[in-house]
Parts: sequence; structure tokens; C-alpha cells
Amino acid sequence: MSEDLAYEVLMDHYRNPHNYGSVKDFTHGITEYNPICGDTVHIEMHISNGIIDEIKFMGRGCSISQASASILTETVKGMPAAEAAAITDQDYLLKLGVSLGPAREKCALLSLNAMRKSLSAGGSSDGQ
Amino acid sequence: MLDPIRIRNDFPIFRRMIDGKEIIYLDNAATTQKPYQVVEAIKDYYENFNSNVHRGIYRLSEESTDMYERARKNISEFIGSRDPRSLVFVRNTTEALNLVASSLGKSLASGDEILLTEMEHHSNIVPWQFLKDKGVKVQFARINENGTLSIEDFKSKINQKTKIVSVTHVSNVLGTINDVKELGKIAHENGSLYVVDGAQSVPHMPIDVTDIDCDFFAFSGHKMLGPMGIGGLYGKIDLLENMPPYMGGGDMISSVTKEGATWNSVPHKFEAGTPNVADAVGLSAAVDYLRKIGMDEIRKHEMDLILYALQEEHYIEGLRSFGPKSIHIRAGVYSFNIGDIPAFNLEKEMEQSGVKISRDAIHPHDVASLINGEGISIRSGHHCAMPLMDKLNVQATARASFYLYNTREEVDKFFIGLNDAIMRFRQ
Repeated sequence: MSEDLAYEVLMDHYRNPHNYGSVKDFTHGITEYNPICGDTVHIEMHISNGIIDEIKFMGRGCSISQASASILTETVKGMPAAEAAAITDQDYLLKLGVSLGPAREKCALLSLNAMRKSLSAGGSSDGQ
Repeated sequence: MLDPIRIRNDFPIFRRMIDGKEIIYLDNAATTQKPYQVVEAIKDYYENFNSNVHRGIYRLSEESTDMYERARKNISEFIGSRDPRSLVFVRNTTEALNLVASSLGKSLASGDEILLTEMEHHSNIVPWQFLKDKGVKVQFARINENGTLSIEDFKSKINQKTKIVSVTHVSNVLGTINDVKELGKIAHENGSLYVVDGAQSVPHMPIDVTDIDCDFFAFSGHKMLGPMGIGGLYGKIDLLENMPPYMGGGDMISSVTKEGATWNSVPHKFEAGTPNVADAVGLSAAVDYLRKIGMDEIRKHEMDLILYALQEEHYIEGLRSFGPKSIHIRAGVYSFNIGDIPAFNLEKEMEQSGVKISRDAIHPHDVASLINGEGISIRSGHHCAMPLMDKLNVQATARASFYLYNTREEVDKFFIGLNDAIMRFRQ
């Protein structure tokens, strides 16, 4: 995928986010924000038998932070939680396919970090 | 009249091109560029005078000490202090305010109050919040719709329990210039100590701490053409003399035994450890540079730039800028957003199943990122003023901030770049 196309995909996710909203009876929930800029994502997941069978997000922030959250939900939906937790920063940036400066990489990785944190914390008290 | 084009020649960084474009630097509220005179002064110090101060009896140390203390005198005079002992060297405004809060805080008791304003930088909020453990209450005077401080609210929140009032001279987001002399009168009539955060004022306008009659005044060198890592805390001598020290170590003591220590005289009592001599010398060179151009001239120049920005902003569709429109109470700080993007609130989000944000709204990070492509440096974010962002009901703003080397042409390029960025984003 060319960089231009990757950017367009990103912008499309920003304008029309996928999996935006709340998961009924979620087992894992987390709100993370970037203290430097205030970008926020809230992620809710339903995990059963080790599989993320539902994941949604809500949030506010720049196009990169919100688009990457939308793409993340698409990426890990149906995936074993252990596999999702093992996605590295590098993997994910490569998947997004746009070259970002170090400052904006933080925007792109906000949702991934949030998801990993929630998975490693186990079931969240935010959930049902 | 100040000539920004000639001034630019003194700043080596403006010779640099980024991706074939000249640098348009509009993030002066964050930090400023350095003229070669400042860089040379630091280099000269390290190449010819470097040695520790207040210690050696050899020639180099005597010269170094002399340079350090002359820098103190020079910078102290620049802000209108009558006594160089009133100026404590610190790293920056943040450290200055932490010093005051920590030291004064030792004599506060449960129930005492601190009065701040809603337009403070985190550095004038968090150090005071540290005192909450002691039962000290932190109050915030409200701001008006137009970005000015509500004097009525300020007066209503000051009372017998208010031991300290600490306000910013100029808001780093709104550009509002507070009437610090008037606020000081109110504080002193109430018997409160009065602290002014001068980080955004000292670089941009003539300052006379004696005339303001503040008890303490904090500022940073790097925002006024000086190096990073040096700043000042002005304090009235009698107050400084009676305050406990902030950090312990070498140079701040008079004598030390196994049982305890006695303190050195002011300002050394507050300067524990080897000080940042080279950068004090660098800041002194920055002060010489600013003085030569004239602080009145600099203020006039920035008034012209903000006036021009406030005229030209109407050409940008959907732009909303913050802060007072009157240039007489407005510094060269220009915060704005393209469309409204309110702060994230999970409950609201759940209630409304997605807060509707106009498709034309562009997040400030995207604005800053897009305009960066035009070689223009502006800031986006909460500008270390999150309570103010809450008040404005925005998550963040974009911000252009001006200085003596900026020009009307750059303001033009900024708006043209902004317009192009908006077009590209909406494609």
C-alpha cells in the first residue's frame, strides 16, 4: 500500500470510525489519554475463552489517534487476546503504513497501549 | 522602529532551511531562538573563564564569581529590582514557583487558602496543590467570556484565610495581560503575600517589579532569548531572609556540624550546589540584547503583529480565536481552533451515543501537523493549562506566538498556510 493510500485509509477511519461506541457486558474497559496533548481513547472489550469477540472504542483527539483506534478494533476483533497483547509498536506502525514523526507516533500508539494495558490488567472493574 | 529583518540576521537558526523552506517560527511562548551574542557569551565563558564560583581563591574562580554576580546585577536591574540580592537564580519559572510554594508553604496551616486564577499554567497550580496535604485550600478566580480576569470574582474569593495570591502576568494561552499592579494592591490590602508568574511578560514588555510591588516574581531565561536551564526568582529581601531554604547542599550554608547547619545569606541560601554560571552569563547577554533594542519597541512590534493577526483571522472560515481583542491588554499570543472539538467526556458520549462534531472541525494537532508541512512551527495541545482548557470547553487549541524577529509577512504566510491546510484536510 502506498503511503498516500495509507493516509487516505487513515482519514477515512477518522471521518467514519468503525466500531465506535460501547460494548454491552464488556469484560475489559479502559480510558487512556496522552498527557502531552490530551488525546483520549476509551476501549471496551468482551473476551470469552481467551478470544476478543467484541471491541469498541470512543474517544476524542487528532485524526491519527482516532483513526488508529478504529483500525485497531478492526485488527483485533476475533483475535486471541494473547495474540492481540503481543502486537508490538513496530508491528502496528507498519500496519498503519504512514510515516509519522516521533511526536505523532505517540498519537498512533495511544489505543494500542490502552488495549495492552487493559489486557495485562485482566478483567477491569469498569466492566460488568 | 524595530527592524525584524535586521534582527533576524543575529539568529543563526534562521539561516537553516527545513525541506527547502525557510523557518517560520511561531512558538515563542514555548521557547525563543537565540542570537549569536548569547551563544558567544556562553562559549566565551566556557573557553576562557570556566571554574566554580564562591569557592576558589585563584584567579579563574574570582573571575567566574565576578561574572556570575555581574549577571545577577544586570538581570536584576532589567526587571526593575533595586537590589541584586533579591534575585535568586533558578532553572526556570517552574523551579521559581516551586521554591516559593515549598518555602512559604512550611509556615501555612490547615484552613489557609491560596488564590490563583483560571488562566494559570500548571507550574503555578501544581506546586500549590502540593500543600493540600497540609489542609491548605487552593482557590481559582474566574475568567470572563472575553478571556480577561473577573476582578469581581477575584475580590469575592480573597478573604482572611487567603495567605498567598499567585497570578500570571500574561496568559500563555489567551495572551491576556493582567493588571498585576492592581491585583497586588488588593492582595496586600488583604494582608496576603503576592506572587507574579512573569514567564510570558518579562520577554515581551518593560517590567518593573518595584513598581508592581509584588513580593515574588518568577521568570525563565529561555523565553527571552537566553539559554535553557536558567531563570530567576525575584523576592523582597526581608521576605527571602526570613524564609526557610528550599534545597540543602553546598553554597547555601553558613556552617555545618553533625547536628545541623546554619544558612548562608540571601540569595545564596536558595542556590544550593554548583550554579549554572555559564547560562547566567548567557542570560545576561540576552538582557543586554533586549535592552539595546528596547522593551517598549518590542512590545509595540508585538502589538502590531497581534493586531494584524486579529484583522486577518476573519479570512479563515470556521476559525475561532481566544483571548481579549483589545491589543492594549493582549500580548502576542494567538490561540485558535478550526471548528469546535469539545473535550471528551465518557458519560456525555454514552448519553448521546457519540457527540456530533462538525465535519469541518479540525483537531489542533492536525492543524499544527499540516501547517508544519509549510515550514511553519506552531504549537498545539493544552499548553500546560488544562483547567483553562476545561473552562474554554476545548480539548486543546492551536497556538501561534510572536516575538521581535517575527514579521507581518510571516503572519500572512501563517494564515495562507492555515488556509491551505484546511483545504487539504477537507479534501
